[in-house]
Amino acid sequence: MSNAAARVPVEKTYKIYIGGKFPRTESGRFFALQDHKGAVIANICRGSRKDFRNAVVAARGAVSGWSGATAYLRGQILYRIAELLEGRHDQFVTELVLQGVSKRKAKNEVNATVDRLIYYAGWADKYQQVFSSVNPVASSHFNFSVLEPTGVVSMLAPEESGLLGLVSNIAPAIVGGNTCVVLASESMPLCAISFAEVLHASDVPGGVVNILTGFREELTTHFASHMDVNAIVYCDGDVDVATSVQIEAAENMKRVISRVDAEWVGDNGQSPYFIRDTQETKTTWHPIGG
Amino acid sequence: MDSQSNKLAFNDGWQYAPAPESTDHIQIDDKYDLFIGGEFVAPEEGRYFETINPATEATLSSVAMAGDADIDRAVKAARKAYNGPWSKMKASERGKYIFRIARMLQERAREFATIESLDGGKPIRESRDIDIPLAAAHFFYYAGWADKLAYAFPGRNTRSLGVAAQIIPWNFPLLMAAWKIAPALACGNTVVLKPAETTPLTAMKLAELIQDVGLPPGVVNIVTGAGETGATMVNHLDVDKIAFTGSTSVGRIIQKSLAGTKKKYTLELGGKAANIIFEDAAIDQAVEGIVNGIFFNQGHVCCAGSRLLVQESVADEVIQKLRDRMETLIVGDPLDKNTDIGAINSAEQLDTIHSYLKIGQDEGAEMYQSSCEIPASGYWCRPTIFTGVSQSNRIVQEEIFGPVLAIQTFRTLEEGLTKANNTPYGLSGGVWTDKGAKIFKVTQAIRAGVIWANTFNKFDPTSPFGGYKESGVGREGGLHGLDAYVRVEA
Amino acid sequence: MSVSVLPTTTRLLDLSGVVPVDEVGVNERVARFQSRSIKKESKIEALKLVLSMIDLTTLEGQDTPGKVRQLCQKAIHLHDSMPDLPHVAAVCVYPTMVGIARKALGDRDINVASVATAFPSGMSSREVKLQETHTAVAEGANEIDMVISRGAFLQGDYSFVFDEIAAVKEACGDAHLKVILETGELGTLDRVRRASVLAMHAGADFIKTSTGKIQPAATMPVTFVMLKAIRDFYRETGRMIGMKPAGGISGAKLAIHYLVMLRETLGNAWMTPEWFRFGASSLANDVLMQLQKQATGVYQSPDYFSKD
Repeated sequence: MSNAAARVPVEKTYKIYIGGKFPRTESGRFFALQDHKGAVIANICRGSRKDFRNAVVAARGAVSGWSGATAYLRGQILYRIAELLEGRHDQFVTELVLQGVSKRKAKNEVNATVDRLIYYAGWADKYQQVFSSVNPVASSHFNFSVLEPTGVVSMLAPEESGLLGLVSNIAPAIVGGNTCVVLASESMPLCAISFAEVLHASDVPGGVVNILTGFREELTTHFASHMDVNAIVYCDGDVDVATSVQIEAAENMKRVISRVDAEWVGDNGQSPYFIRDTQETKTTWHPIGG
Repeated sequence: MDSQSNKLAFNDGWQYAPAPESTDHIQIDDKYDLFIGGEFVAPEEGRYFETINPATEATLSSVAMAGDADIDRAVKAARKAYNGPWSKMKASERGKYIFRIARMLQERAREFATIESLDGGKPIRESRDIDIPLAAAHFFYYAGWADKLAYAFPGRNTRSLGVAAQIIPWNFPLLMAAWKIAPALACGNTVVLKPAETTPLTAMKLAELIQDVGLPPGVVNIVTGAGETGATMVNHLDVDKIAFTGSTSVGRIIQKSLAGTKKKYTLELGGKAANIIFEDAAIDQAVEGIVNGIFFNQGHVCCAGSRLLVQESVADEVIQKLRDRMETLIVGDPLDKNTDIGAINSAEQLDTIHSYLKIGQDEGAEMYQSSCEIPASGYWCRPTIFTGVSQSNRIVQEEIFGPVLAIQTFRTLEEGLTKANNTPYGLSGGVWTDKGAKIFKVTQAIRAGVIWANTFNKFDPTSPFGGYKESGVGREGGLHGLDAYVRVEA
Repeated sequence: MSVSVLPTTTRLLDLSGVVPVDEVGVNERVARFQSRSIKKESKIEALKLVLSMIDLTTLEGQDTPGKVRQLCQKAIHLHDSMPDLPHVAAVCVYPTMVGIARKALGDRDINVASVATAFPSGMSSREVKLQETHTAVAEGANEIDMVISRGAFLQGDYSFVFDEIAAVKEACGDAHLKVILETGELGTLDRVRRASVLAMHAGADFIKTSTGKIQPAATMPVTFVMLKAIRDFYRETGRMIGMKPAGGISGAKLAIHYLVMLRETLGNAWMTPEWFRFGASSLANDVLMQLQKQATGVYQSPDYFSKD
C-alpha cells in the first residue's frame, strides 16, 4: 500500500575497510544477508584472499606510526571512538535488531561496547606499568623489561557477538600499539562495517584497523598462514579448526591466541591480560659505572 | 679563553612586537563563594579577600575566606557524598565522571590558561602549553585507574580512605589541583581542597566545571582561604587523609599536628636540587637544561635545579653560554606570548627573593643578572646567577624559590655526588653526561625522588613524583601515586 | 658580497673531541623557537628581512637560458606593485647558466651563486670539481656552493674532506664559498656538528645544510646544531661564518621561525644577508603574500603573484 507522498529511503551499501578507505571487495563477489523471515537486509562483500593480502600490507604500513604514538595519544583515540559510538547508539541498536538480537539485549550490548572502549582507553598508559619490570640482576647492570607490540594481528571475530565481541578483541590489540586485520562475524557483519565508519571518524590512522567481511571457511587459512602477520586471534571453532590454524600459524611462528570460551558480556570479557596477549617482552642491559 | 672577547650581541636590531593573549574570551566574576555540596555558598562570617594580578597589581576578583564553620560544612558535605552515592557507585562509572572532567578541561583550555596567567603571573605560553594540558592529562590518567585498582596492588584488596583534605600551592595552581583531586576521586574518596591564597581563580573555575560535569554534589568541595583555613582542615576530626604541597616548614607543622591521629598524610615540600654537568655532556643542551631547571616558571618550582654543579674543566664554557642564553630570556607581561619569565607571584615572595639576593652578596658571592628591561609596576626579578659560592653559603643551602641559581664547580664524580647529597632536601636532581654508565651510577647514588638525566623538569601523569628526606613523603603520579589514596588490606 | 680572509693556518683538528649533541634536547629548544609569536611591525620587518636573504634558486636538469632569465627577472621584480621591497640576495644556478644569469642581472647588487663540485652528488674527481669551480668563477659567479664528499666523511676520512674544501676555497679566488654538508645523508646531529666544525676549519665562508635534492633537506634542528657550531667557532677564533639552510623552507611562517632561532642563537650581527641566506624557490611568493596581507588586512591568493 503506497502513499504518493511516502519517502523512498536510501539503502546503505556495506563495503569493507582497508587502509582507511572503504573499497568493495576486489573479487566483486557478495553474499546476501537475510533476516529471520528470509528478506534481504544487505549485500555483504564476500572478501577474497587478495583483500586480505591488501589489508595486511596496509596494517604493516601503519605499525610504525601507531606503535610509535604515545600511550596517551592512543588512550585519547580510544576514548574518542567511545564518544562517537555513544553518539551512534541508535544506529547500532537498529543493526543488531535487524540481525536477530532483541532490542533490550541490543541496547545493553551497545552500552557495554562503549564502556569496554573506555575500559581499554584507560589501560593505554598503565599496562606498561603493571607488566614491566626492573630486574635486579647480580651484576653491575641496569636491567629492565618492557612490553612492545607484536605488530600485525589477524583476527577472526566471534561469530555470535556482532559488536561487543568484535570490539572486545580489537581494543586490547590496538591500545597496545598493534594493527589488525579482522574478519567480521559471517552471520552478523553489519556492526563491523558501521564500526569501521566510527573508527574512521575517530582519528584512528588508516591501516590500524582493517575490517573484512566474507566466508570464514574460505578465508581462515589466509588469516592463519600469511607470513607477514605476527599473531592470530580466533574466537570460535572446534578442535579441528583450531588445530589447522595452529599448524598453519607455525610456519612463521605466529603467536596463536585462542579466545574460544571467552564470555564477552560482563567483566570477564575485559582484562589487561588481553592486551598482554599481543605484546612481546624486551629486556635491555646497561652497565652502571664510571 | 677570554670570556669577554668575541661577544655576541642580542639586544639591538630586530625585536619582537608585543603579542598579547586576548582576554575577551574569558569570564572572571567579581566575587566567588565557597563550592560546597555542589553549590556556591557564601562564607558564614561573610569575609572575603582579594586576589590580584601580580604583573599589574590590579585586583581581579574577591574570594571567600572560609572560617571554621565553613570547613566543617565542607567536610560534612564530603562525608555525606562519600557515604552516599560515591562509595556505592560502580568504579567504572566513577571513572567516567573523571574522564568528563578531563574532557571538559580540554574544551575550556584557553580560558583556564589565560586566567592562570592573570592570577598567578606565569607566562601564558607555560599555562597554555604545559600547565593546562598536563592537568587534563592527570584527570585522564587517573580516570582510567578507577576500575583497575586490583591490578595495582598485587595480592591485596584496597579500600578508599574516606574524606581527603588537600592543600595546594600557588606555583602550578590548576595542575596541583589536578594532581590532588584526580587520584583521590579515582580511588573512591571525596575531597575538600583549598587553593593557595594568591591563586584561587582557576580552582573556582574548576568548581564551575565540576558542577557542569554533573559530579554528584559534595564529591569535590573547594574552599578558599589562608593559612588558618588550612590548619582547620588539617585538624578537622572527620578527615581521613591530608595531602599538602608547600614549604618544608609548614609541612613539619602539619606532620606534628597529625601525630597521634589515625590520619594518613602525604607531603610534597621544598627542594634545593643539584643539576650536575659533567665535562662529557652535550653542553649546549645541558645549558638549556639549566635554564629549564631554574628560570622557567620564575624558579617557582619545588624541584627547581637551583644549584648548578659543573665539572671544572667545562665551567667557563658553561657559564659563558648560560649568560648568553640568559640575555635572550624575555621577562615581562605574562599574557604576552613571547614572555619567558613572568611576574613573581606576590610582593611577599619578591621580598623573600630580594633578601636572598642581598644575603648572597653580603656573603661575598658574585652576582650576575641579565640585562633585560622589566616593567615599572608589578613584581619582577631578572634571571640571576651567583658564582664564588660553596656549600656553606646560605644561598646554596636554603630554598629561594625564585629565578636565582647558585653555581659551584667540582672535579671528580665522587665530589659531585657528595655535594649533591649534602642537603636536608631530596626532591630532585639532574645529571648531564653523554655516558650511559655514568648516568646510572649517578642516578643510583643521588638521594632524591626524581632524577632527570640529560633533561630537567619533565612531568607526566604516569611518572611518580615526590621527595626523600625533608622534601616530603609520598609520591604523586603514576601507579605509585595510588598508594596515597587507598587503604591496602590482606 | 663579503670577502673573508683565509686564516693563516688551516689544519685538521681532532674531530673526536667535538661536543656531543642530544637530539631530544635540540628538538625541545627548537619547539621553543616555534612558539614565538611574531606580530605587527616585527612581522613586517621579519618578512622583509627574509626576502633580502633569499637565494632564488633553479637547479633542474631541464633548466634553460630562458628559465634562468625568467628567474633573474623575478629577482629584479619581485612584486612591483609593492613599494619598498628589498631585493633578494642572490640567484643560484648551475655553472653553465652563470653567464646567462650575470648578463640578465646586469650590474645590479644581486649575487650570482653557482653550485659546483659535481653538485648534488659530489661523485667526481678532484680535478673535475676544481675545474668546475674555476669555470663558474670565470663566468661571473661571486659565490660558490660546493658539496662535501659524504662517502668519505661517513667512512671517517676527514682529511680527504678537509683537503677538498681547502682546495675548492683556493679555486674560488675572491668568490665566497658555501660548503653544503647534505645533512639529510649524515644521519645524526653529532655528525652534523662534526662536519660543521670540519668545514669551518677548512675554509668555508658559509656552511649550508642541503642540496635540496633529497629528503630531508633543511630542518630547524639541523640548522640549530650548525648555528651552535658557528657560534663556538666565533668564540674560539673571532671569525664569523655564515649559515644557509636550503630546501624545505616553503612558507613565510617557517622562515620567520628560522629568524627567531638565528637571533636567539647568534644575535644581531648575523641578521643580514651577508651572514644568513635561505636557499628557496617558492618562499618568496609566500612572503610577498604575507606582506600584502599585513598591508591590506586581507588574506591573499597565489593568483596575484608572478610565478617565474
